[in-house]
Amino acid sequence: MQPNATGRSAVIPASFTYHRPTSVPETVALLAELGEDARPLAGGHSLIPMMKLRLAVPTHLVDLAAVSDLRGVRQHGAEITVGAMTTQHQLIGSELIAERLPLLRETALVIADPQVRYLGTLGGNVANGDPGNDMPAVMMCLNASYAVAGKGGERRVAAREFYHGAYFTALEPGEIITAIHLPVPPERHGYAYEKLKRKVGDYATAAAAVILTLEGTTVTACSVGLTNVAETPLWAEEAGRIVVGSSLDPATVKRAVTAAQDITAPASDNRGPAAYRTRMAGVMLGRALERAAKRAA
Amino acid sequence: MAELQVTLTVNGKTVQAQVAPRLLLIHFLREHLNLTGAHIGCDTTHCGACTVDLDGKSVKACTVFAVQADGAELLTIEGLAAPDGTLHALQQAFREMHALQCGFCTPGMIMRAYRLLKETEDPTEQEIRLGISGNLCRCTGYQNIVKAIGHAAATLRGTTYQEAAE
Repeated sequence: MQPNATGRSAVIPASFTYHRPTSVPETVALLAELGEDARPLAGGHSLIPMMKLRLAVPTHLVDLAAVSDLRGVRQHGAEITVGAMTTQHQLIGSELIAERLPLLRETALVIADPQVRYLGTLGGNVANGDPGNDMPAVMMCLNASYAVAGKGGERRVAAREFYHGAYFTALEPGEIITAIHLPVPPERHGYAYEKLKRKVGDYATAAAAVILTLEGTTVTACSVGLTNVAETPLWAEEAGRIVVGSSLDPATVKRAVTAAQDITAPASDNRGPAAYRTRMAGVMLGRALERAAKRAA
Repeated sequence: MAELQVTLTVNGKTVQAQVAPRLLLIHFLREHLNLTGAHIGCDTTHCGACTVDLDGKSVKACTVFAVQADGAELLTIEGLAAPDGTLHALQQAFREMHALQCGFCTPGMIMRAYRLLKETEDPTEQEIRLGISGNLCRCTGYQNIVKAIGHAAATLRGTTYQEAAE
């Protein structure tokens, strides 16, 4: 147990007032009225541990559990929309996701553990801004966008524009993510999420998300995301561009890996020194490219 | 802060209580309802000793507020055996297969395995291991826990347990 700011260990959260709105307009009105001391509560598996450590001390919690508009997985044409309160467990069990966006399922399966996945949500995972979370880099890889609701109405923010720093995102105070919109990749695309972790439930030492399409053995499109190797998740745009037009020959893969490693800036922590984590991001990318290509072929 | 009224079903019985919003479900169970089967291990969402079944989901009761369980149906280890005391197949299997040493992780392990077997009737050894990957046994007695869950699965299906070849 880490001591909190006052030097004591705490496992009981500070007191707060609990709210349980049932619609999006009611939720955003409530958040606007309560101001900075209010926090929305999704699955709670990032926020509640922080509250127990008194690292988060909201005086109002606005539970999103009863807002039914925030749930469900649907396809509209070339886009799949996932309600923000859809849990990782629901994603894993969704036939539509398994068929059209298997990268999401593969990623959800390596998040935390079964109990956490029953409650942890996609919206919470992407909104929190924790660089350790797995879904944000996957959202960047897939070019997802987030539907954001606030007092001023609705707007859409691209995942690739959303993350500004650790726990610092494009969300304005009082705004919530209501849904995640994902372009459906081509039917025969290849995908992989490679995550190096010390144990089940751990954040990534480094992880790489890849989707690509092949024509014969030539890569025609490729996108790469990287997890937990910088203050924010990373879209490795250049690494993806380098492999397009190639047949993933070793020299090209090496150049892509170098380009991806070059944009990382991990912290040295108990998952390893920065140089090691950068190198592991490259190793994860190499493996993800190989596995994605096998699946596309 | 104002207390709130919650109404939920715990092990088949309707329970009404006034709770502070910050009261965690594990403390509600242990201190208000005297249901001390679910244990507090790490208190940081890692160990799974506090696992209970909430509306058909295995959850760690140290990371859920009691107010979030308003209206829910809750099953704890105390509610697993039949009213006449007949053990559930999982409890029986843990006993027969020596699947506990100190016993601290056992209620959480069994409640997690309960939901796993509801979702996967005939799990492979690998599925059992991944299924209980959110539960820690610090006696490291996993081998027999995995066997016991396989054994209980067979009993619940009405077949005989075949231990995987070493």
